[in-house]
Amino acid sequence: MQEVIRTSDLAKTYPNGKSVFAGVKLSISPDQRVALIGANGAGKSTLLKCLIGLLPSSQGEIMTLGESFSSTPSSAQLYRLRRQIGFVFQNHGLVGRQSVLTNVIHGKLGLPGSWRAWHHSLAQGNWREEAMQVLSEVKLSEKAKSRADELSGGQAQRVAIARALIRRPKLLIADEPAASLDPAVGRDIMKIFSDLAREHGITLVYTTHDMEHALNYSDRIIALKAGEVFFDLPTRDVSRAEIDNVFQG
Amino acid sequence: MSSRAERSLPGRLPSLSPVSFTMLVVVGAVIIASIGQVAPSPEKLAVGVPKLLDLLGRMMPPNTEPAFMQRMFWRIIETFQIALAGTVIGIVLSLPMAWLAARGVSPLGIFRHAPKVVISLFRTVPDLVWALLFVSTVGLGAVAGTMTIIVDTIGFCGRFFAEAMEDADKKPQEALQAIGANRVSVLFGVILPDIMPSLINSSLFALEKAVRASVVLGLVGAGGIGQELKVAFDLFQYKNASAIILAIFLIVLVMEVVTDRLRVKFQ
Ligand SMILES: Nc1ncnc2c1ncn2[C@@H]1O[C@H](COP(=O)(O)OP(=O)(O)O)[C@@H](O)[C@H]1O
Ligand SMILES: [Mg+2]
Repeated sequence: MQEVIRTSDLAKTYPNGKSVFAGVKLSISPDQRVALIGANGAGKSTLLKCLIGLLPSSQGEIMTLGESFSSTPSSAQLYRLRRQIGFVFQNHGLVGRQSVLTNVIHGKLGLPGSWRAWHHSLAQGNWREEAMQVLSEVKLSEKAKSRADELSGGQAQRVAIARALIRRPKLLIADEPAASLDPAVGRDIMKIFSDLAREHGITLVYTTHDMEHALNYSDRIIALKAGEVFFDLPTRDVSRAEIDNVFQG
Repeated sequence: MSSRAERSLPGRLPSLSPVSFTMLVVVGAVIIASIGQVAPSPEKLAVGVPKLLDLLGRMMPPNTEPAFMQRMFWRIIETFQIALAGTVIGIVLSLPMAWLAARGVSPLGIFRHAPKVVISLFRTVPDLVWALLFVSTVGLGAVAGTMTIIVDTIGFCGRFFAEAMEDADKKPQEALQAIGANRVSVLFGVILPDIMPSLINSSLFALEKAVRASVVLGLVGAGGIGQELKVAFDLFQYKNASAIILAIFLIVLVMEVVTDRLRVKFQ
């Protein structure tokens, strides 16, 4: 089966001369749940953005979801990529003064016919039903009418997951999705990610700097350290000592 | 020891550089000269105050004839119509103008300064000047008044809407841009809902401002109750004038109460 993401000799240097990583070689196959770990500033977010074409890489080839590009994808490629990718960030990025339902339907923006997806009352009927469906998958159906700014941090992050799921993505990208949550709530969120990815056959790539989040919810761990891939192993083969080593200076 | 204390003790007055001192003297001279030339002198006041009292006497009691009251009623309605139509049209036009002008939101890039300059021009030229301009282009009457209020509202709301858009929460905007949402979707889906309280607040202020403006626009022939006031003074009908002034007072008062109520409601 073809990989979802493959890179060879990937490097990124920011315009200000800051070199983040070099010689990154990755191959992620479908249905994998991948934890990308590394200390703060190791380049996890930068790598994620390069892989999905949101940031130009400086060197090397990238193949994501069948689109091959170096540096940046063409706008047609970017359009096709975005149609198949869902994003969740550390900050949920919900519109506080809008209903949960509207926020979930926002996930359809950028897809064909999405010009009326900016409010649930205008969206096509089947999209509204899909929104309720994904809300039930994150166990928040009863909050559909609440305003997003009335939710707790964990609930808000679940809405953000629903907003990503409604795109029916092949690839789900989550950048530190649990980093600003209480430990117990963070574990809930990681479990939801991991279960939904398995259930829907979505490839999940998430970043974390939490050892438990790396070990308990992934099939594979890729560690970034000192601008290189430090290790890239099935999760069951990774020891705590090795992870500790990643986070140490 | 005492000499050291003297050295470190700050003077009672801040020490002034020669430039600051010169500036101070010049500004002082300008103020004194201006007062001498345009402020009312004691002699002027001695003549003016009795005249004013005399005028007030001739204004009493305000005219309450039914025919006059009826004409006034329609003028008051017209005044509100000018204010309301002008504000609503102005707000509707302000939204796209503000969007084009707002930093970080505008699709125009560096050219966002063009709508910004237009908004500033609309704001800085006083409303009576706009009214004179429109009276001489579209003629006497309410249409010129409405056009004035539209321009006034764009100058006011355009600026505050743009500032609110610039301050809108960036995180949801970025989240949706990342999945390919276009600028219009981001405007309607994220920015406008986010800044709605501030939009409503500015709009209510604009309405209040418009009512105040529309009562005086008539003085230059742009419709509304101000027109009656000018006629009354021109024809020395002081009892009519006092009735009109009372009406203006009521209009503005009613407007303030209404907008205050609405503001509380939309908090
Ligand atoms: N826009 C940028 N310009 C220059 N340097 C940046 C920029 N964004 C991030 N960096 C730097 O690149 C490095 C990697 O950042 P990042 O990818 O955010 O790390 P992580 O997500 O692992 O914490 C950091 O040293 C950071 O300071
Ligand atoms: Mg990061």
